Amino acid sequence: MKIVVCLKQVPARDSLLRLNSAGTWIQETDISFEVNEPDIYALEEALRLKESQGGEVVVCSLGPARAQQAIKEALAKGADRALHLDDPAFANLDSFGIARAMAKALDAEKPDLIVTGLQSDDFGAAQTGVILAELMGLPHSTIIMAIEVQGSAIKVKRELEAGFFQFIEMSLPALLTIQSGINKPRYATLKGIMAAKNKPLKKLGMADLGLSAADLAPRQKFTRVYVPEKRSKTEFFEGGGKDVAAKLVDKLKNEARVL
Amino acid sequence: MFPFHGVDFLEFDSLLSDEERLVRQTVREFVDKEVLPGIEEWNREAKFPKHLVPMMAELGFFGANLTGYGCAEMSNVEYGLIMQELERGDSGLRSFVSVQGALVMYPIHAYGSDEQKEKWLPAMQQGTAIGCFGLTEPDFGSNPGGMRTRARKDGDDFILNGEKAWITSGTIADVAVVWARTEEGIRGFLVEKGTPGFTSKDIKGKWSLRASVTSTLALQDVRVPASAMLPCAKGLKAPLSCLTQARYGIGWGAVGAAMACYNEALEYAKTRKQFDDKPIAAHQLIQAKLADMITEITKGQLLALQVGRLKDKGRAEPVHVSMLKRNNVKIALDIARAARDILGANGVADEYPIFRHMCNLESVFTYEGTHNIHTLAIGETVTGIPAYR
Ligand SMILES: Cc1cc2nc3c(=O)[nH]c(=O)nc-3n(C[C@H](O)[C@H](O)[C@H](O)COP(=O)(O)OP(=O)(O)OC[C@H]3O[C@@H](n4cnc5c(N)ncnc54)[C@H](O)[C@@H]3O)c2cc1C
Repeated sequence: MKIVVCLKQVPARDSLLRLNSAGTWIQETDISFEVNEPDIYALEEALRLKESQGGEVVVCSLGPARAQQAIKEALAKGADRALHLDDPAFANLDSFGIARAMAKALDAEKPDLIVTGLQSDDFGAAQTGVILAELMGLPHSTIIMAIEVQGSAIKVKRELEAGFFQFIEMSLPALLTIQSGINKPRYATLKGIMAAKNKPLKKLGMADLGLSAADLAPRQKFTRVYVPEKRSKTEFFEGGGKDVAAKLVDKLKNEARVL
Repeated sequence: MFPFHGVDFLEFDSLLSDEERLVRQTVREFVDKEVLPGIEEWNREAKFPKHLVPMMAELGFFGANLTGYGCAEMSNVEYGLIMQELERGDSGLRSFVSVQGALVMYPIHAYGSDEQKEKWLPAMQQGTAIGCFGLTEPDFGSNPGGMRTRARKDGDDFILNGEKAWITSGTIADVAVVWARTEEGIRGFLVEKGTPGFTSKDIKGKWSLRASVTSTLALQDVRVPASAMLPCAKGLKAPLSCLTQARYGIGWGAVGAAMACYNEALEYAKTRKQFDDKPIAAHQLIQAKLADMITEITKGQLLALQVGRLKDKGRAEPVHVSMLKRNNVKIALDIARAARDILGANGVADEYPIFRHMCNLESVFTYEGTHNIHTLAIGETVTGIPAYR
């Protein structure tokens, strides 16, 4: 089974975030980065499938040079090789652009299964995997909690709202977006980290993928990013108890929206 | 305890490779998940967390900077980062790993016969065998050259007599590297657990390194074959070279303990409010302490990294390692004490890690060459005049 794991490097959780001067994204110079959390679970699922079914795990990540750290982490944990999509033109892609570049890279790979995280911790759009499946003409399923291989097909458990689950049988090849917390991710062992140094890591730029800037033009853009503004306001109600109570209920219901 | 996200004031991380950061991340995650949830209890009960040995072995922590025999073949900087993160968890746990790798596997690797290497190194790397290092004696600590333990040749065998004190992992060890005086000077012997006449007993009532085993070893007419002697370890230089290895790791480890205390004090100071609903971090006296802490940690990191890079090039001198150990353990101890103060009464409770680190660091200050002894080593180097006697 050939499994591709799409993996993104995102700002480390609990980083002290500051906005860039244009107010359109965060300042990336003084923070550290880590593998997007759901992608860690996706990688772990892929490695377990490889262990039970045999085959190969290929990591694919789009990002600047620093994303190599995330790629090396995946290789250290046991992925066999990596594709790093890196090009100055990839700097500000939206989910569609990322999916399009990945689709080009992965078409050539002809994987049996592609797994991605459910969403990225930075954008939180939960779109890349789904768009990638559409672009590649693959069936997909999202928020996956478990994967069972049944010959040339798979049965997956999908999380719905309110504690409900859905079980879906799918043919392969397919794409799944993986929910966080579904397995216990392994550590990268020290020997794994050493071994990763010798695993193939292929860099692919825009031209290698046969794409132009126009193909990747963002369909959405950030106009303003801001830190939630804290406001505290005190209001005194005048009048008798009954009136004041009615006013209070009205405010709580319609303004504060806590009732 | 507050979550830890690393301490990096001066873009220290930009001096590290991807692999170095990954190694640190593995150990950091291991400590967060496997060590910190249990450490206060183990410390309270003076219990060594032996159950962590197989996992540490699998991750590659034992003899991580040695080559072959299943070892991870890390660089010295990577090895240092492992020690830093382990000691951010607990100095006792780091001590165990230091002894296993730098004080037992290293001398076997550097001075042992092929037979000794084959027998012990893979097993120790896999954590199925545990080692201890017996140099210190009740009457000889800073001056091990005066040791009384003797090994007398008897036919093809040696007969060992003497006593070793303050031996980390003594009672849990499968093999002890025992340093003894022979007719041809100080030599090292691999003495296996259960050898008749060889006994060990734990030292009770420690206020420090409580999650690590510390023991005395007694050798009474212990007969070992000549093949138990480390063939290439001749003279006091050999055990001292082991100490240089372990001490190098301690220089990094102390930074980890300091980071843990600093992180705790900083987060606490930002949330603890006194006088006019102001966080104590808003007071200049507290800020001065925090500024000193982060400055010393940053200097300590750079010192450790430079010694590590020199060691990787084969150019680290023992006195460089003395400076690293002396400085970093001292600043860690100062930081632990200042952090303890910032936490007020909470600083003495084991709900927070600081008092434990502070007590641990007292041992670290003393073992592997006391602070004073390293002062003398540096003094001798710069003046050319030894002042030990
Ligand atoms: C928890 C723990 C674990 C240990 N584990 C091990 C182990 O695994 N294996 C092992 O072999 N040993 C181990 N040790 C022993 C340790 O290495 C010794 O304690 C250390 O070398 C100091 O020796 P000492 O305790 O006899 O102190 P002493 O040598 O008696 O020193 C007492 C004081 O006198 C000072 N002093 C001594 N000589 C001079 C001088 N010339 N000039 C100025 N000051 C001087 C010292 O700096 C110190 O302040 C351990 C110790 C501890 C506390």
